[in-house]
Amino acid sequence: MSEFTLWGLFIAVALGTFALRFSFIGLHGRLHLPPTLKRALVYVPASVLAALVLPAVSLSGPEQSFALDNLRIPAAAVAALIAWKSHNTLLTILAGMGTLWALQTLI
Amino acid sequence: MSPSPDDQPKLDAMCNNPQSHAFLSGVRALLPLVPGVIPFGLVTGISSTDQGFSFIATIGMTLLFYAGSAQLVALQLLSEDVFPLVILFTTLIINLRFMMYSASIAPYVHSLPRRWKWLLSYMLSDQAYALSIVKFTSTDSKSTDRFFFAGTAIAMWLAWNISVVLGVVLGTGIPKTWSLDFAIPLSFLAILMPAIRGFPHLAAACVGGVVAVMAADTPYNLGLFLAAVCGIAAGLTAERCRPAASADKNEKEPK
Repeated sequence: MSEFTLWGLFIAVALGTFALRFSFIGLHGRLHLPPTLKRALVYVPASVLAALVLPAVSLSGPEQSFALDNLRIPAAAVAALIAWKSHNTLLTILAGMGTLWALQTLI
Repeated sequence: MSPSPDDQPKLDAMCNNPQSHAFLSGVRALLPLVPGVIPFGLVTGISSTDQGFSFIATIGMTLLFYAGSAQLVALQLLSEDVFPLVILFTTLIINLRFMMYSASIAPYVHSLPRRWKWLLSYMLSDQAYALSIVKFTSTDSKSTDRFFFAGTAIAMWLAWNISVVLGVVLGTGIPKTWSLDFAIPLSFLAILMPAIRGFPHLAAACVGGVVAVMAADTPYNLGLFLAAVCGIAAGLTAERCRPAASADKNEKEPK
């Protein structure tokens, strides 16, 4: 991708993201979301984040396909458990990386 | 830097002013969240450098996006040579939640001057929103709470940008065998788990995740769109099946 396209993309994302953030704050009282759309937005974080995590973990490795000996799967499972119990970003990343490194050393 | 005796009255006046007091307590409220922000920023700075982006491009991207998840996703898609328009739409879908935050916080900031609305809209983050909405909706909320919001938003903005810069500075020396790229899905996982509040959210996450894996070969990363749409539909369906159980879970959480 050319430098020009890259910066064009960055600026387009910036303008779009600003529009999303400014929408209701800037146009307070003049903009109303339909209730169904409001309810749908509630599920955006969970579905998008899961859609990012699962393929990145399960389809990684040399073949880019699902394999049971992919060490990232048990490492991610440990991290998920820690994330669920602790709600702590730092601890989750450390647990996942630590498990992956330990498994890489042992196997 | 200790304040000189001449500054002391000024400093006292600043701290006694209720607006500054609210601002500073906003900054203080954000501080415990910083340990969670740093690794996320580091990973962003490191993976951006790993992909060959210059310091200027990384910082430009960080300042323009000011959205960690969207930036990491964009970096991943850029490395896969995905078509730019698809990257744009994907990042905006991830950032749709900000529209939800904007709607929820708007009634409490409408009295702010216009330029502050612009600035704080740009700085609206998951963390600043989460801390401030609790303050705004608490029983002892005050008119100065919008300065509390400004404090959380500005402190978060600084914490994020500094940690990305640190990632760029420290990142170049880190060997590939450390598999640091794995920290990206891990950091998403760390935000995902607390986002699962109740059965409909769990349904949205499971369906979204499974569809994304099955649709991974879809061209232009359209699998992510498909997964997001299916996940959202699953959440709405689950909510309809168990309206009584979901009603209290999906509204504002007390903590």
